[in-house]
Amino acid sequence: MTFRTLDRADTVPGSRSAPAPPRASASLEAQSVSAWFGSHKVLERVSLTMSAGGVTALIGPSGCGKSTFIRILNRMHELVPGAMLAGRVLLDGDDVYGDQVQATDTRRRIGMVFQKPNPFPTMTIRDNVLAGLKLTGQATSGRDALVEQSLQRAGLWNEVRNRLDSPGGALSGGQQQRLCIARALAVGPEVLLMDEPCSALDPTSTRRIEETIGEIARDVTVVIVTHNMQQAQRVSDQCAFFLAAEDEPGRIVEAGATAQIFDAPTDPRTADYVHGRFG
Amino acid sequence: MSVPATVDPAHRVPERPVRPRMVGRDDGLVLVGSAASGMSLVWVVYERLLPLSGPVGFWLLSYVAFLAIYRSVVRSTHGALAARDRVMAVVVTSGALGLAAPLTLIILFVFSKGIGALVKPAFFTQTLAKVGPLSPEDQGGAQHAIVGTLEQLGLTVAVSAPLGVATAVFLNEVGGRLARPVRTIVDAMSGVPSIVAGLFVYSLLIRTLGWSFSGFAASLALAMLMLPSVTRTTEEVLRLVPGGLRESALALGAPEWRATLQVVLPTVRAGVVTAVILGMARAVGETAPLIMTSFNSSVMNWNPFSGPQSSLPIYVYRLVGNSDPGQVRRAWAGALALIVLVLGLFTMARWVGGAPQRRERRRQRRQAPAPAPASAAAAPASTSAAAAPAPTVDLTRTDHPGGPQ
Amino acid sequence: MAATDFDVPVGLSGDDIPLSVAVNRSPADRRFRLAARASGASTLVVMGLVAVFLAKGAWPALRIAGARFFTRTEWNPDAANGSFGIAAIVWWTVMIALIALLLAVPLAVASALFINEYAPRRLRRALTALVDLLAAIPSLIYGLWGRAFAGDALAGVARWLSRNAGFVPMFDVRGDAYDSSTFVAGVIVALMVLPIATSVMREVFAQTPVAEKEGALALGATRWGMVRAVVLPFGRGGIIGGSMLALGRALGETIAIALIISPKYVVDARVLERGSNSVGALIALKFGEAGSTGLSALLALGLALFAITLVVNFAASFVVARSRSGAGVEA
Repeated sequence: MTFRTLDRADTVPGSRSAPAPPRASASLEAQSVSAWFGSHKVLERVSLTMSAGGVTALIGPSGCGKSTFIRILNRMHELVPGAMLAGRVLLDGDDVYGDQVQATDTRRRIGMVFQKPNPFPTMTIRDNVLAGLKLTGQATSGRDALVEQSLQRAGLWNEVRNRLDSPGGALSGGQQQRLCIARALAVGPEVLLMDEPCSALDPTSTRRIEETIGEIARDVTVVIVTHNMQQAQRVSDQCAFFLAAEDEPGRIVEAGATAQIFDAPTDPRTADYVHGRFG
Repeated sequence: MSVPATVDPAHRVPERPVRPRMVGRDDGLVLVGSAASGMSLVWVVYERLLPLSGPVGFWLLSYVAFLAIYRSVVRSTHGALAARDRVMAVVVTSGALGLAAPLTLIILFVFSKGIGALVKPAFFTQTLAKVGPLSPEDQGGAQHAIVGTLEQLGLTVAVSAPLGVATAVFLNEVGGRLARPVRTIVDAMSGVPSIVAGLFVYSLLIRTLGWSFSGFAASLALAMLMLPSVTRTTEEVLRLVPGGLRESALALGAPEWRATLQVVLPTVRAGVVTAVILGMARAVGETAPLIMTSFNSSVMNWNPFSGPQSSLPIYVYRLVGNSDPGQVRRAWAGALALIVLVLGLFTMARWVGGAPQRRERRRQRRQAPAPAPASAAAAPASTSAAAAPAPTVDLTRTDHPGGPQ
Repeated sequence: MAATDFDVPVGLSGDDIPLSVAVNRSPADRRFRLAARASGASTLVVMGLVAVFLAKGAWPALRIAGARFFTRTEWNPDAANGSFGIAAIVWWTVMIALIALLLAVPLAVASALFINEYAPRRLRRALTALVDLLAAIPSLIYGLWGRAFAGDALAGVARWLSRNAGFVPMFDVRGDAYDSSTFVAGVIVALMVLPIATSVMREVFAQTPVAEKEGALALGATRWGMVRAVVLPFGRGGIIGGSMLALGRALGETIAIALIISPKYVVDARVLERGSNSVGALIALKFGEAGSTGLSALLALGLALFAITLVVNFAASFVVARSRSGAGVEA
């Protein structure tokens, strides 16, 4: 793997990057965030606080801007051509869109797991877990321990411990997704964003991932987009309900503790949605 | 948890959408500064202190010094990782300039050398029959070569286009045990050097069968070079035709040949035409096989089937080595004409190839005024792919090495 | 649409044997299939004929030269007791191609990456079209430019190299003639193959899964880190395929080289010195003046070139088919 040897130079002392995980979780706060693709507005002044160490679920029908919102949180939004935004995103009080902030640093501190598992197929399982460290030039002493720890936290260790050197692409879909979680955790993020992580998986794999979320939530703030109401209820402490009216950008209709959103929503639209009457 | 469930009016300050950037505002400044200091440093060290000289070394070392300085500046402000990223961005960009600069230079150079003689009417109306070393510049031209080029090109297309399309139909629609070896050989054929194609035609037709040198012999050699690219591109567009289309034609009771010729092929017409035009663009400038097939002639030969015939490439090739400056000027004019021809064909190919997309875009504009990019816009490639109705491939690509060399 | 033959499943009673679906084509359809098959077969026939007729033409010369055809360096087939061989010619052909690849491959990778990953989005389509257009510029034009303009500039570079790094055997030059050299020809051929190689590589790089690129970026990778970790490994097949394609073209290039070099028939490493050689260029240069043995010898040269390019081609397909992005490239 050329990749490993070539990036080794990054591990020189004095590298600005912080050393290995786990780090304390951080709070994330969006302040009236709006987003556009070209001239098309997709999000309207969304404000939401995702408190440290909690699990926040973003729910709502398709196309209401949840994914855009979550991608704004770790600056993946700007990768889309024509993407614009307004508002602020505070990570422990600092604006991630501030002048002096590098997108790469933000993304390292705020990890992301995608809808479709996307491990690096040519890398081994081990290299996949370590990929983030190499990519961000962090010191990688104690690699084996870190690989084991990350895979443990993602609930994958027992299944792959004997084949760490086989390619990541050879795993099953659910395993791949957990590998992606391990990969994200290995860089020691303070926040982990999950964009419908289970939508491509079977029920068993889904349950494993939900267990994993429960465990990692102790030291990482988790934000999860889901279409599955039961899942939102099972894993999250708080919930935000997104909705976009016809030809209008998406907004948060209601947000609050999960129990309240599901049992006593204040907005009738929320009640309709969480009880499966539309969406 | 603060949630404005309904937007409160006082909150309604106007928003200023911004496009977040990866690159800081001062980055350009750092770049220019590093370049300047790199050059000054090298000027002092290289020209003053070291026993070296020459512009080559100066620029080479300046570039290296620039990269080193740039790297250390970015490193001190943004860290090692960012430094490597920026330096590599500079290297990649210079690499692209390394492609663009000489090639732009070539075109400008040929233009400046050739435009003078190209604009004289004699270039299009006269041949070299009566041209001697003392002939004035407004005498003598390339009419015979232009005629030869057009005739040979026409014959090349007449041979290679039907055969290429038929082969593609065979590979994609008929198939069978023969398909694999044919595909392999078409690939191999695309790697055949043009001079070898010329030698082959010479050995078979002229040496063995006793033909004379002729434009048609040249066309056969060129057709051999054009065939694989037509075949491959056509096969590629055929592969994109949805199977349902074929089956629905067959389900209507159409015989296979009708389904293929009247349903499948028409849907890929634009693609096939583009492939053929591009093949022409590459065949028209091919010189090597002409030496031993059409030979050369300085007089008009209207008949491509008999006797040596000139054409633009061989005209240029033979004249440019001439000691008479007038002839050399005519050669450059021919070279420019060739570039213009290639450019014209290429533009035509782009235009034909883009026609289905243009139609579709017009249709969409009529139907839906504003297609909303959903959150799925995160994968930009998918949106455009979904919008494309007919199978369209970028046919102006060059990885079909079928093109003459 | 072929008729399917079913194996008779074990344990079925005689009545249950599935019938194969016989296709009964109309005569028109049969003629149609026959015509298509004949077209396909014609490529096989043509390629076979190439080998046969080159060999046939080359035979007289090969009989005269024998095995020394491969070891001799001089080229005097039409002399009374003519001795000739391809050693020097092939040597310089390969040297020109290697110099060309050495320069073209890094530039092509950089250009392909630039177009896909670095250039502003709006420019991407235009740049792609431009590269494809440049690939269609005839090699004749490159040769003319090399002869009339770039040759002098490159001779200056060569002079500088040999003065300052002449201790390297390759850069050594006897005398003071730096034009018409292997180096100059190599640079011009590099420019010529650059757009083609770039085009192939760009196309393969463009197929890199977006999900993987985003995966790398979401971990905090810089753009270069992402290119390094995802695009280049994915595009390996394209890089190899593009390079092999460029190699094939460089080995077979004729006119551009014929316009630049002056032939020399010795084997040494002096690439900066005046004089070089190439199979294609020599055929083009000698064709007009060759006698009967000379013509036969040129056909033998052509046969050798044919064989070399076939080997390169098959090697390329073989390597490319083994890489991850290989399905998308044709080398």
